[in-house]
Amino acid sequence: MSGKILEIENLTVSFDGFKAVNDLNFSMDEGELRVVIGPNGAGKTTFMDVITGKTKPTEGRVYFKGKNLRPYSEHQIARLGIGRKFQTPRVFLKLTPRENLELSCAQKKNVLGALFGQSSSAERRTVAGLLETIGLAPKADIAADLLSHGEKQRLEIGMLVAQSPDLLLVDEPVAGLTDEETEKVGDLLLALAESHSIMVIEHDMEFVRQIARTVTVLHQGSVLCEGNMDEVQNDPRVIEVYLGKQEEDGHQAA
Amino acid sequence: MTQLLESLFGGLSIGSVLLLSALGLAIVFGLMGVINMAHGELMMLGAYTTFVVQNAFKKTPLEGFYIFFALIAAFIVTALLGLLLERGVIRYLYGRPLETLLATWGVSLILQQFVRSVSWQFIAGLLIFCLLFFGAMGVLSRLANFERIRGWVIGLMLPISAAISLTISHILGQTYKLAVTNPWFGTQGVDVTAPKWLRGGLPIVKEYQLPYTRLFIIVLTVVCVLGIYWFLNKTAWGLRIRAVTQNRNMSACLGIPTATVDALTFAIGSGLAGIAGCAVSLLGSVSPNTGQSYIVDTFMVVVVGGVGKLVGSIVAASAIGVISYVVSSNALGPLVGFSESLKGLFEFFATASMAKVMVFALIVIFLQFRPAGLFPQKGRTVDA
Amino acid sequence: MTVKTLEPATEPTTGVNSRKKQRSLLIEAAIVIFLAVLLLVVIPPLLTAAGQGVRINQLGRFLSLAIVALGIDLIWGYTGLLSLGHGIFFALGGYAFAMYLQLQLPAGQIPDFFSLYGVETLPWFWQPFYSFPFTLIAVVALPTIVAAALGYLVFRNRIRGVYFSILTQAALIVFFNFFNGQQKLINGTNGLKTDTATLFGQQVGNNPQIMGAFYALSVLFLVLGYAFCRWLTSGRIGRMLVAIRDDETRVRFSGYDPTWFKVFVFAISAGLAGIAGALYTVQSGIITPKSMDIAFSIEMVIWVAVGGRATLVGAILGALVVNFARTLLSEQYPAFWLFFQGALFLLVVTVLPSGFLGWFRTEGANFVRSLLGRRKQVMTYPSLEEDPEVQYERENLRD
Repeated sequence: MSGKILEIENLTVSFDGFKAVNDLNFSMDEGELRVVIGPNGAGKTTFMDVITGKTKPTEGRVYFKGKNLRPYSEHQIARLGIGRKFQTPRVFLKLTPRENLELSCAQKKNVLGALFGQSSSAERRTVAGLLETIGLAPKADIAADLLSHGEKQRLEIGMLVAQSPDLLLVDEPVAGLTDEETEKVGDLLLALAESHSIMVIEHDMEFVRQIARTVTVLHQGSVLCEGNMDEVQNDPRVIEVYLGKQEEDGHQAA
Repeated sequence: MTQLLESLFGGLSIGSVLLLSALGLAIVFGLMGVINMAHGELMMLGAYTTFVVQNAFKKTPLEGFYIFFALIAAFIVTALLGLLLERGVIRYLYGRPLETLLATWGVSLILQQFVRSVSWQFIAGLLIFCLLFFGAMGVLSRLANFERIRGWVIGLMLPISAAISLTISHILGQTYKLAVTNPWFGTQGVDVTAPKWLRGGLPIVKEYQLPYTRLFIIVLTVVCVLGIYWFLNKTAWGLRIRAVTQNRNMSACLGIPTATVDALTFAIGSGLAGIAGCAVSLLGSVSPNTGQSYIVDTFMVVVVGGVGKLVGSIVAASAIGVISYVVSSNALGPLVGFSESLKGLFEFFATASMAKVMVFALIVIFLQFRPAGLFPQKGRTVDA
Repeated sequence: MTVKTLEPATEPTTGVNSRKKQRSLLIEAAIVIFLAVLLLVVIPPLLTAAGQGVRINQLGRFLSLAIVALGIDLIWGYTGLLSLGHGIFFALGGYAFAMYLQLQLPAGQIPDFFSLYGVETLPWFWQPFYSFPFTLIAVVALPTIVAAALGYLVFRNRIRGVYFSILTQAALIVFFNFFNGQQKLINGTNGLKTDTATLFGQQVGNNPQIMGAFYALSVLFLVLGYAFCRWLTSGRIGRMLVAIRDDETRVRFSGYDPTWFKVFVFAISAGLAGIAGALYTVQSGIITPKSMDIAFSIEMVIWVAVGGRATLVGAILGALVVNFARTLLSEQYPAFWLFFQGALFLLVVTVLPSGFLGWFRTEGANFVRSLLGRRKQVMTYPSLEEDPEVQYERENLRD
């Protein structure tokens, strides 16, 4: 567990002159669980878009395990070992959870593999294990559009894990979940962090406190500050961007 | 030089027709993501409206200026039809663009056949049917348990009204014979003659003159583009339309009546099709198939121009027009006299229909570099 | 790089399931073979006996159109790509075979129509069509290659949705113009006639044996096509196609490149259309650029929509039903066919979006009940009867 898994240098992304990400520098160690927070419009999702290849950087470079990601397209980056969970759960609604997981899990991801490939027993075992883990084993064979929102969230995280990535990017995993479900997802992420590097984008401060070790705060497209939860919470600049300029002291964020 | 000017004007006159017909389509597509396959048929109806207006004005003092009345009439007729289409069909299909495409294709088939077979007898039958069926539905829908019996009512009233209206129109046909059964337009094309002052042409250069009708269409296109530009950018409804184009949900939250905006935009888009139809009626005879020959070209204008910006459609239409003209008139042939094979290649494509082959190839190549068209919308999109 | 599963993995209980699957697959195969035998052995004599011998030829043509419908269902029903240009592939298959038939002449002669335009030597691209094996390959390969090339150029730029549809339509117009305008190469508007040509020493048109053979071939290829599509859609690639239809972005982020899957399925469906085109051409006696009419290609889509998208059986049934309705209606009331067709488009899209088969699957039982005057079954969401959790609980509580 040494070396940087993700390094970002002087990243700028501009849309028609508007800089969604502005000269951002960021790095993450292998095996780290990092939480990225920031007010709306801080560039969090664009940041993830760039890492996963959905948006190409205007300037700057993104290195994943020392490899510049610029020439790769989304599916190639996914195959390199970056998995991404979207803000709203995106699973294949007309397929069953089992099929969803099988697709993500398959080793050969080309046309021929899909044509003639049979899922190996190792893959089937992985899928069955994952179904247990995300608690969807009883519903493994009904169409995913019949699942509830929380179940879809868990299914998508499961699909991510099935891809066996080295780095998981998780965008607001607990949006719209009940407290109980939130805690479950938190435990799931913590368990996953044992063996993966994870970057989580989140708004829910309770949840952040549950899982966070190191927190990065983004503001207007660049890193505002970085540190553990307490440091970040007491940083006056963070308080300012979250709560507005304060005349008197003594207010705390969150 | 002569060659250049000629290609430029020839191309512009093709491009202006393209732009005029694509304008309505582009606005509707930009706003609702809907491709209206019946757009060509709306043009065709605009052309037929011109024909009717022209006949109505024959031998009146205003005969020479019928074209202006025809433009207005064509706009109104097609805009109303567009409104009906949007309220009756398309609004149920938002978010399902491919289905809308198929539904509007169905509408276009119906419109084509309607123009072929419309006669007094036909109109009478249609009116009676509508009166009976929708009247009955209107009356019965006041019943408390209407939702439960709805299926039965439709199943019962549809054949009854159809039978009654068919019988009555049949009787009408028997009593008045040809006076009512004779189709208004028939399957053959009809001819619109340009007013006297539009005949002839403006000599641009030696041996090439720009026909006044073409010039009229170019002017008309400019007026329409300016009008639309003014409407979209300077009026309250234009602002609303632009708002909905950019973010439908947010606009709805701000209290913009998106349904009304949709209907209005669709009506305007259809009205523009009517004006375009009026314009193309000056170029040749009008038949029920007229619309078909325009739609694919106008779609290409939308694809190349990109969504959401008027200027994209303008540039795309001009470019496609000029390229088509240059290729089909073999203007480049003499320039490559040094190479026989290249010359042969240009000659091979030097017909109107082969020019289309060339233009399509160029469009596909163009899309390799600019998949979202000339002026794409940028920004972080929810959907990739 | 292995996946760490967080709980001990259990082998899924697939044994029972797979046996069940096998049995239903056997039943399905039996039904298909039964229907094929019915079409081959029983129906032709019946129709002849009823004095409707003409209908056999019609049925043969419609069966070959059903093969196109299978292809359309693959790309539209399963993958969500609406192609409005399948006429191209249909016509390419048809032209390929028609060229072979046109060349069945004594050595040194070239087809008659060339003399009309003063062409004396056979154009170079006709040469290979002297060979029967080449023709057979070309019938499939030509449309497949064209579709793959076009598909690659379009899909690699992530052009999709209505853009894809109207680009395929534009391609259709382009091919139409090309075939229509080139009298000296392929007889332009007049097309190529096949009924006066000879095949294996027999004249093709009005020859019951050859027509019977092509009828049988249509049935055979329909069955093969069905089996092939069935295999495709039930395998992993079938689920992949559905996944692309559902959420292409997710597919990409799962490590798949959707481009190649789309190119693949587009090419396959073009190949099916090519086979259908060849079979249809021989049975109708001529192929002209009119088979690349805009209307015809959109009509293919409506066959699938009427039958039911993403149901292969629906595609076949839809093609047969719509085409027979067309023949009957346009024989009786030629003017009304377009009205009827237009209304069909509107109705299928607004009232019956999942087609007859889809409607029958979800609503059929209730409809029958309501016809019998019984009350509708109460629907629950998700329908409780199918909820595995409920079943799971039931089973566990029983013990």
